Amino acid sequence: MSPATSSSEPHVIDPAKRRQSILIVICCTLLVAIGQYLIKLGANHLSHAGLLATMIGIFTIPPLFAGYCLYGVFTVLFVYALRNGELSILYPLIALGYVWVTITAVVAFHESMNPLKVTGLVVIVAGVAVLGWGGGKATEGKP
Amino acid sequence: MTTPVSSMVLVLVGSLIGSVGSIFLKSGAHALNRHWTSFAFNWRLAVGIGTYLVSSVLFVKGMSNGELSVLFPLVSVGYVCTLVWSRLFFNETITKVKLAGVGLILIGITFLGLGGR
Repeated sequence: MSPATSSSEPHVIDPAKRRQSILIVICCTLLVAIGQYLIKLGANHLSHAGLLATMIGIFTIPPLFAGYCLYGVFTVLFVYALRNGELSILYPLIALGYVWVTITAVVAFHESMNPLKVTGLVVIVAGVAVLGWGGGKATEGKP
Repeated sequence: MTTPVSSMVLVLVGSLIGSVGSIFLKSGAHALNRHWTSFAFNWRLAVGIGTYLVSSVLFVKGMSNGELSVLFPLVSVGYVCTLVWSRLFFNETITKVKLAGVGLILIGITFLGLGGR
């Protein structure tokens, strides 16, 4: 936890902390992808379950529980990152999750890969790189 | 396969709700300090997490029907909106670099959706 003083001046952001926030969110998207993989695994047990059975299942089916726990960890880390970073940079970074999910789907669930998907992945990574590298610099030193 | 309008509306609304939720998450995050009450009685954080949950339910419902090539780009509408919210509520600047980054992400997600048919 950083000192409470930052709460009164939300716009003054230390460049080192801003970079740290960007790294945290990038790692976070990996957690979400693993969480989604676990939820998909666990959801197979629930294909015909009603709302109540689904809610109980979240606590009793281990992969489902683990998946939602990872979502919880993601939320905590994301909130922490938001304290020291710009929303306009950090929020779009979540799109990196698409990259991990597509890779997981191909590797774990044997979905097909095609040139369009590869192009999509490369362009998303380029966009994230532009935001992460340039977005941090653009307003540096500007309160 | 065609995409039902209801799916498009669900995903679009989910995406908008998610981006509005991020405003609450950020302002809630700034209200946090070392005292536990700043977390326990943090209504902004609660609203942020709540909207995040609602938007993910809408995504799952919307994505279950229709073409990903149509639905995926709708998700990224939320990223564009967030640029606007950040400017309005947190005085962040909308720079060319940010627009380029979000633009690339939007194009990439569209390609991914096209490849997903």
